[in-house]
Amino acid sequence: MTFIARSSPHAFSGNSTGRLMQWVMLASVPGLLAQTWFFGWGNLINVLWCMALAVGAEAVMLRIRKRPVRWQLEDCTALVTGLLLGLSLPPLLPWWISALAVISAIVMAKHLYGGLGNNPFNPAMVGYAVVLISFPLAMTTTWAMPAGAGDGGLSLWGTLVQIFAGSASSPAIDGVTMATPLDLYKQQIHRELASTVTQHPAFGDFVARGWEWVNLGFLAGGLLLLWRRIITWHIPVSFLAALAFMALLFGWDPDQSVPLSLHLLAGGTMLGAFFIATDPVSGATSNKGKLVYGAGIGALLYIIRAWGSYPDAVAFAVLLMNFAVPFIDHYTQPRSYGHQKPRRVS
Amino acid sequence: MNSPEQPGAVQVQDFPGGIVLPDNKAQSLQQPIRPGGLPPELWLPLQQHLGQPAITVVSEGDRVLKGQLLAAAQGPDSVPVHAPTSGLISAIAQRAVPHPSGMSDWCITLIPDGEDRWRERQPLPAYLELERDQLLARVHASGIAGLGGSGFATGRKLDSTRGHQIHQLILNGVECEPYITADQALMQERAEEILEGLALTAHLIEAKQCLIAIEDNKPAAIQAMQGALARHREDNSQLQRPTEIVVIPTKYPSGGEKQLIQMLTGQELPHGTLPADIGILCHNVATVAAIYRAVVHDEPLLSRIITLTGEALADPGNREALLGTPINYLLQQAGQDQAATRHLIMGGPMMGFELPSSQVPVVKTSNCLIAATVQEMPPAPPAQTCIRCGQCEQVCPMTLLPQQLLWFAQGSEHHKAEQHNLFDCIECGACAYVCPSHIPLVQHYRHSKGVLRKEQAEQASANRARERFEQRQARLEREKAEKEARRQARAEARKARQSETPAATGSPEQAPTSAEIAAPVDTQMLEQRREQAMAKREELLERLSAARDQALASTPQLERALAKHEQRLAALDQKLADARTPAQGQTP
Repeated sequence: MTFIARSSPHAFSGNSTGRLMQWVMLASVPGLLAQTWFFGWGNLINVLWCMALAVGAEAVMLRIRKRPVRWQLEDCTALVTGLLLGLSLPPLLPWWISALAVISAIVMAKHLYGGLGNNPFNPAMVGYAVVLISFPLAMTTTWAMPAGAGDGGLSLWGTLVQIFAGSASSPAIDGVTMATPLDLYKQQIHRELASTVTQHPAFGDFVARGWEWVNLGFLAGGLLLLWRRIITWHIPVSFLAALAFMALLFGWDPDQSVPLSLHLLAGGTMLGAFFIATDPVSGATSNKGKLVYGAGIGALLYIIRAWGSYPDAVAFAVLLMNFAVPFIDHYTQPRSYGHQKPRRVS
Repeated sequence: MNSPEQPGAVQVQDFPGGIVLPDNKAQSLQQPIRPGGLPPELWLPLQQHLGQPAITVVSEGDRVLKGQLLAAAQGPDSVPVHAPTSGLISAIAQRAVPHPSGMSDWCITLIPDGEDRWRERQPLPAYLELERDQLLARVHASGIAGLGGSGFATGRKLDSTRGHQIHQLILNGVECEPYITADQALMQERAEEILEGLALTAHLIEAKQCLIAIEDNKPAAIQAMQGALARHREDNSQLQRPTEIVVIPTKYPSGGEKQLIQMLTGQELPHGTLPADIGILCHNVATVAAIYRAVVHDEPLLSRIITLTGEALADPGNREALLGTPINYLLQQAGQDQAATRHLIMGGPMMGFELPSSQVPVVKTSNCLIAATVQEMPPAPPAQTCIRCGQCEQVCPMTLLPQQLLWFAQGSEHHKAEQHNLFDCIECGACAYVCPSHIPLVQHYRHSKGVLRKEQAEQASANRARERFEQRQARLEREKAEKEARRQARAEARKARQSETPAATGSPEQAPTSAEIAAPVDTQMLEQRREQAMAKREELLERLSAARDQALASTPQLERALAKHEQRLAALDQKLADARTPAQGQTP
């Protein structure tokens, strides 16, 4: 009798990349629901549009690269890239800008570097950065007004028309968009006191109307990922801790700069900390390395938000730290069992 | 150090990484340990352990008794092989042995006569009176190799404590791999034997404290061992050392020696050292039970407990099988459904290996046999690209960087892998178990290790060859110089003699004696013989170093021949010197 030769171990956990990605998608649901609740249909349409396009681009690239298309699509990584872009792009962004972001992400950042596992940069953030630099106006003026801040948002049909047939500069959308709280606070605090600034409807009663719930939704999803051990605590914790540290150190006076509460609960903070910075492919690997990597993103996020020209900076902070990953990995090798200190390979 | 007298004195620590696995142990624990039966043939490999194979001391056609020595140990790392029952040696030939490659090796085939007649035995109940070395010799002679699966020569391991104070003797009853229950069954049924073996071993190595580690998923074994220990304490027995049963949490691979040491003592075994170097010795429970039987009852290692399990077996359970029992014989006994057997694994599902055939024998390290169905062990999905998710790193008990090692292995950067402590990998398989991309990580590491080992061996061989060549060159030059010096000395002496001769003739009463005339002739002959002897010695030296490199059996013979030759050469030198002295004494 002969048997199929196989090397140990002979047992497996049943874990798969596809399963991990499905959990990531599931974990994004609370945040997405909050976005839809407060900012209208835009994000949901964006998410669906970006995911569909991402799968299409992935399939085309796999076909061109002569890879098994169906089998590789099952790892769901393209879906997650599309999802993350859909969640981070402004809700009323014209369709072709989203498409450009998705194609940059999948084709340029992922497949031109060798496909899954070989991309040094976070694909979704590459896509985001490309369109942010190319279309700064559209990217900053198409955030829908949060529910309760104005006369009411667009209907589903209105949103679809705006995204697929409208233009970023059309006067029709002026009435339904609003600057993001981070942007607004940063601009206004030089002229007014904090108590006056926060009177603006964008801030609502709590921290930042709508945004706080979106961020709490992503926080909840992040906790789900932690509980399922799909991510480890190192990156989100060091990310948020570094951001908080910087905000307390340099922005302790709310009459001078954006306060900590706004840093944590507005913009893409929680989405960045739990969903984007934790991308394994382009991140640091060892636990110690993850701490450094996350802290770097948190610190850069604050630096760009406070002293840069962009109101939010998750994409740039992540991409800059992607550059530093080989360096971080080199210097943060764990000490192996029975060894005095980690050996470094030159 | 903890106060060892009180129960619970040991604080169990955690080790990094590790995984919790479905244990699959219940199916083989339904029945007590049963005898494995007497098969029609026993196939006894000469190498059932780590180290040099044993050398046969019997011939085909010999009748042997149970417990009789069949093959003797060759060096301290080697262990002897004994006849598991009485019978006839029908063949000494190459045949398939349990190895992942399906390779063949030298085996002694024994046809049992069914009488099971023992050789004469010398039991030794009063072992406390014996010297350490005498006890050690008995262990060496008993053919015991680590029964937990390592196969390391037990005598050698005990001997490693020489010159070290052993603070803790750790008895490994952890058995952390799924499916395997051989040690668990042994602890449940033969706790007394284990404790006797523990007492003996502790006495032998003069351990200060004994710890028995058992995982908390084996309550029956813990209870049995605790009961036996309590009885021992009451009887005021030979187990005079403070002994404690430590229940450790179930987490794979807690039974790994390094992990167990870390859990029980909080210490890491420094890289490149043995446990004895930090005052610890670990033994498997089955190994110490075997030590007890060997020393006290003079029973060498003839059988072992093997777990037969897997869904393709109708009657799984633990069998005490004679060493050399064919696997297919055991499987038949356990009601194997041959058609349903997809995988046949020797050892556990995490570290065991797939047997290419069931026509191989049970050996000293065979603790488990899994006949798995396809539902039980479905084929691994094809490997995807590594996404650096780091789950492997989270579970690695040696705190290595598995994904980094994979990267190096795939890129054939084996030296970088080595610098990332590849050789510290214990191949526990936790990384590959959790890998969401289904990458056979351990296989990659084995490949890398293999490449590096081969390279090291080649390097060492090349170094030896170079050294040999250089030494030979140096020797040739030296000899040439010596020869030249001698030649010059002779020429000068001759010149001196010639210049003196006329003077000598002038005084006839000073005529040389016949012996003195013969002297130069004699010296010349002696020198000629000496030259020949030198050449012979050189040849011998070369043959010897070649034999040593290839580890040929003829090495000792050559060594003896060389020693003899050196003596002869020394004698010749002496003679030559003697022959010259009177001649020189006369010339001035």
